Amino acid sequence: MQAKQINTLATILLWFSAAAIVAILVWFLTFILGRGLPYLNKDFFTGPNGVGGQLFNSFYILLLSLIFSLPIGVGAGIYLAEYAPDNKLTDIIRLSTESLATVPSIVLGLFGMIVFVNVLGLGFTILGGAATLALLNLPILVRVTEESLRGVPSSYREASLALGATMWQTLRKVVLPTALPGLITGTTLVAGRALGETAILIFTAGMNVSRYLFDVHLTAPGETLAVHLFALKSNPLPGTNADQIADGTAALLILMVLVFNLLLALPSRYLQHRLIGKKD
Amino acid sequence: MPQKKSWAYFNDHLVRYLFISSAVLVSLVILTIIWFVGQQGLATFKEASPLEFFTSTVWSPDTGKFGALTFIAGSLGTTLIAILLGAPLGLAGAVFMAKVAPASLRAILRPVTELFAGIPSVVYGYVGIIVIVDLIRKLTGSPTGFGMLAAGLVLAIMILPTIISISEDTLRALPEMYEEASLALGATRWQTIWRVLIPAATPGILTAVILAMARAIGETMAVQMVIGNSPLFPTSLTNPTSTLTSNIVMEMGNTPFGSTWNNALFMMSLVLLLISLILIILVRTAARKGNA
Repeated sequence: MQAKQINTLATILLWFSAAAIVAILVWFLTFILGRGLPYLNKDFFTGPNGVGGQLFNSFYILLLSLIFSLPIGVGAGIYLAEYAPDNKLTDIIRLSTESLATVPSIVLGLFGMIVFVNVLGLGFTILGGAATLALLNLPILVRVTEESLRGVPSSYREASLALGATMWQTLRKVVLPTALPGLITGTTLVAGRALGETAILIFTAGMNVSRYLFDVHLTAPGETLAVHLFALKSNPLPGTNADQIADGTAALLILMVLVFNLLLALPSRYLQHRLIGKKD
Repeated sequence: MPQKKSWAYFNDHLVRYLFISSAVLVSLVILTIIWFVGQQGLATFKEASPLEFFTSTVWSPDTGKFGALTFIAGSLGTTLIAILLGAPLGLAGAVFMAKVAPASLRAILRPVTELFAGIPSVVYGYVGIIVIVDLIRKLTGSPTGFGMLAAGLVLAIMILPTIISISEDTLRALPEMYEEASLALGATRWQTIWRVLIPAATPGILTAVILAMARAIGETMAVQMVIGNSPLFPTSLTNPTSTLTSNIVMEMGNTPFGSTWNNALFMMSLVLLLISLILIILVRTAARKGNA
């Protein structure tokens, strides 16, 4: 009898924990959006103290960092999934990828600062920010690629190889297309994370924005939205509408996260249906 | 058999080498980071003694005193609070999702936890400043509300997705016969979870907790915004103090590159780097125990 009562109690507690977790998230989203959405108008982007430049920089730096990290990250992931023999070298590669994934982002930021700001003497630039941000993406891309490729049934490869295709032909025409939905979802998650990254960018892309809106120069200073929110909250300039801009910026960041998580997950589901004709 | 020298074979070899070099390049990144940050950090000890750095709480770079114990204690303290608060809640959530929730509810909960991971850390810090710090000020009567408690609370929420997703995956990967055998012997669901499933999933849960620690100790922006940023040893949970990460952000911009002060900040990031490397080795040990 007692065991059954404990069981009921524990079940209630588990339901309660799950409800608490959902409640925290729902409260978070409604609180931030409720505070900030009213400020999101045209002036918020293009007016004095507008964040149009920061918004542009966020996506520009994200795009560049993906250009830097995708080929190498996916390449390394393919190697680990398809080629790597079970030996010491593979073990070292795995260990260093896992280590890179746990390096605190502030440490990556300082490393980027040494290389781009001090050794190369570029100062705080979009290029330095994007290249350092690429280091954050790399290990996650490697893992995502490896996992998606491992999800492809080995009978696919065997059939292709048995027909006389080379390893590369098999990869290009059979394995990669099958793994594509997973790769796209993974890249979306990586992008969402990179979009909100701050610690890396403060000391590499800096806390200033170019005087020109939509400055595509790689050596322009590249403050992003997330860095801007930090700057607004840690050093608010008295007498400005910094608090309103901060509220709006936070809401905009949350909107971007929601879009990345919800909308971009859809095309990959769609692709999955079309390419392999079944649900995950 | 002599190898055919066709384009297909040439490409096959070329691509293979490209993939190998990508993998090697990724591995070289971490070594380069250790080399650069390590070199810069260890230069601190040309001027300051390592003993002082790790055991003194006097941080007064203007007068040549580089005691970083306050920051180390602050980092460890906030991480501990975050784990104590976040790990039980996250584990309960994982157990719920893996073993209690109906499939339809689980389909909602999984994206919810992924959203937690997607929220930028500055936004956590922003909510921390506006809500949590204010709440602590009202509830405890502390003058500022900034401190380890505020940072620990924010971090506890931030580590939830790490704890939940890894623990849940581990629980779901357990062989079904464990559960069936226990239930067949007349155990209740909770007895099965508590005495059979959680013990069997311990290596995975440990991995989750260690990775959550790595996340918490390295978190910078959210912590910097709510810790109070005073270089004083934390005497209570609601006093303003500093962590390794928050102090780096505060002072890095104001110190000339190559000065001892600046190097000491790099030394702090080297400490963070070494802690995260140690945690990764612990994860590997936990995983190996799990396989054995």
